[in-house]
Amino acid sequence: MSTVDTTPQLEPVGTGGLAGRIGSKRVRLLAIALVMLALLSIARIWTDEQGVTSAGTTGAALRLMIPIMLAGMAGLWAERCGVLNIGIEGMMILGSWFGGYGAWQYGAWVGLLMGIAGGMLGGLIHAIATVHFNVDQVISGVTINILGLYGARYLSDWKYGDRTDSGVSQSPGQRSSIPKFDVPILSGGDLFGWRSPNTLGWLERKHWFVLGDVGGIGHGLTSNLSWATVIAVALVPLSSWILWRTRFGLRLRSSGEAPTAAETLGVKVLRVRYAGLIISGAFAGFAGGILAIVASSYYRQGQTAGRGFIGLATMIFGNWMPMGVLGGAALFGYAEAIKFVARDSIPALFVFITFVAGVMLILSLKRMKLLSAVTAAVAGGLFLTAYLTVSRVPESLAQSVPYVTTLIVLASASQRLRPPAMAGVKYRPGESH
Amino acid sequence: MTDQPTSSVGPEIPLERGMQQGLAKITTPSESTALRTGLFTLGSSLIAIVIALAISALLLWATGKNPWDAFSKISSTATDSDKLLETMLRATPLIFSATAVAVGFKMNLFNIGVEGQYLFAALIAATVGSRVNLWSPLHVLFILFVAMAAGAFWAGIAAVLKVTRGVNEVISTIMLNYIALSIIQWLFENWFRDNEAQGLNVKTKLIPASGRMPDIVDGRLGGMFLVALLVSFLYWVLVFKSRFGFRLRSSGLNSGAAKTSGIGANRMIVIALLISGAIAGLVPMQNMLSEVYSYGPNATPTQLGFAGIAVALLGRNHPVGIVTAALLFGFLDSTSAELQLAGIPSSIVKVMQAIIVLTVVIVNEAAIRRLNKRTAERTAARLVMVGAPA
Repeated sequence: MSTVDTTPQLEPVGTGGLAGRIGSKRVRLLAIALVMLALLSIARIWTDEQGVTSAGTTGAALRLMIPIMLAGMAGLWAERCGVLNIGIEGMMILGSWFGGYGAWQYGAWVGLLMGIAGGMLGGLIHAIATVHFNVDQVISGVTINILGLYGARYLSDWKYGDRTDSGVSQSPGQRSSIPKFDVPILSGGDLFGWRSPNTLGWLERKHWFVLGDVGGIGHGLTSNLSWATVIAVALVPLSSWILWRTRFGLRLRSSGEAPTAAETLGVKVLRVRYAGLIISGAFAGFAGGILAIVASSYYRQGQTAGRGFIGLATMIFGNWMPMGVLGGAALFGYAEAIKFVARDSIPALFVFITFVAGVMLILSLKRMKLLSAVTAAVAGGLFLTAYLTVSRVPESLAQSVPYVTTLIVLASASQRLRPPAMAGVKYRPGESH
Repeated sequence: MTDQPTSSVGPEIPLERGMQQGLAKITTPSESTALRTGLFTLGSSLIAIVIALAISALLLWATGKNPWDAFSKISSTATDSDKLLETMLRATPLIFSATAVAVGFKMNLFNIGVEGQYLFAALIAATVGSRVNLWSPLHVLFILFVAMAAGAFWAGIAAVLKVTRGVNEVISTIMLNYIALSIIQWLFENWFRDNEAQGLNVKTKLIPASGRMPDIVDGRLGGMFLVALLVSFLYWVLVFKSRFGFRLRSSGLNSGAAKTSGIGANRMIVIALLISGAIAGLVPMQNMLSEVYSYGPNATPTQLGFAGIAVALLGRNHPVGIVTAALLFGFLDSTSAELQLAGIPSSIVKVMQAIIVLTVVIVNEAAIRRLNKRTAERTAARLVMVGAPA
């Protein structure tokens, strides 16, 4: 083996001064977010479609994004330790089956734990195949998808086949559910027995410019929250901290970037990858468990509906960073929520995208970037025509939005994305000299 | 691996020449090693299947079913002569989808999108096929051609994305599967469905009699089985015996080396994916030309693309292996009704298939490692014998 192909890719040029610019980067991000919010607000008021930023939509977006986000984190943990995980969907199916079963037999919390355990089982199988036996990682993942799909069917046949309150395609209802709450003061939750005011809800109903939107989004994110959702969201910064601030995280990431170098420094790469894949499976199982226990109250065949693959897409979308996964999942969750809760608001989004394209056009003209100016102009024109002509987007086509978005992102930004250098490459300790 | 012996010995000093000849003898694979590798492959596959059956038995036992009952039920149906026809019938689409996947594998491409490609092809071929009237054999050929073109078109999107924008085909074909589903639904609901069909039975317009494939055995086995065998044979000729196939395989094994010898990787990627998609387009034809004569969300079978990946892996991308593996899967599928009657959930068959594939790839990997180790040891021993420096 030559040393060339084991050399980790260098960081893209220009990241050296990143530490000094982080402050200004945050300010810039905040400014961009505020401008976006203002544009969204104008679009809402102009079209009088309150659903764009209503608490109903954002609440639904939060609930819909959680499984996608967890699936994305499952992919992130696996790829950061150097193993591709195409099998997230299968692990999620196992998680939803065991979650539904546990919630029916023992209650919701135990169900969640069993769902996580089911996903971990999938992660363990993937680890045995890819880490121990060096099977092609994509092949192992595809097989786990098939195994999860039909394994869950077999288990349903076995447990629910003869029952009257359920059937081969679904489990009986859960025994208990995960409690929900409203955040005190912000959304009118109880605080030591005192019913606090619903500040954000009040703000939302005023429909003021920007403030009304802040109220709607905030109220959606802080009311009717399931504790499982809170835990799931907290896992994102926690993962970030573990991966970038702890010794274990450094070892895990180095197994994905430069396993040979890690090996020479005494990292037990195989053991670390086992750990990474089992954690990955746990995330996928948690995602499945939430689908069966929180988003629904029983396991149903086909419940995961390809969310494992959308999760993979958000991982790419988020450039293999936890916060990026969160952002990507929020985008897909919002798109799905609009489709379910506020279909009539889609034209308002067309207006919003037209505005964004307009701003991009002005910016790129100022910077004399002709190509991006043309792209922005074409996109803006397309969405403006869409707003003026399309009154109702067909359900069937709306379903493909996350997948088309992923392809567009991959096609346009693949140069700027940076996956872990050695994810997907077979590795055996002691074989590279 | 190495097709030519490395014995281009020029006028050299006798000692060196002797060494070179010795080396050539060591490094050139002889007939017997090829045979041994073949037997090794077969042996490891059989071991894997035995392990898979053991794991399945364990699963059955753990869930309170008698594994002996299940296996004896499965093996007793094997002697039934009707089963043979059903096995061949069920194997037909699997041969197509596995061959489609295998063409990609030979170019080191993983086409997970066979599912989307064949469903898209099914809708387009059924729609176009029902709207033309041609002389019978020509009509059938025309539909097959349209299906292949549609499948190739859908795979071509992934090819273009990969070649021009560097998008990994694994991700793009997964996404294209879902995009295909929604586009198919949209096209079907708005334009292509036959409005006279009602209820769950919505379909496209029926293909006229001239466009239907004649049966080999009336009502039991359609003519597409022969087409599948033909495609399998053509795949063998194209990939293993032609210059194009050599280029494809060498580009897949080492695109850098292939490029040095004048084989453009991008061109091979596009061609391989187009061929793969075209073969994928044939997957639904058994169902369409011999059974339902149309496309319908509930009439056209799904999941065959993923089953094809499993069959290709089990058959090691070799035509003989693929046909054998497809027949095995077809046979297992055909036993599901009997199993269900015997009180054993028929989904065990699918679980068994997945376990078989997983154990086959694992055992294969372990076997290759052992074989390589043994070859290395043997070569080292011979090097010592001919006196070459270690």
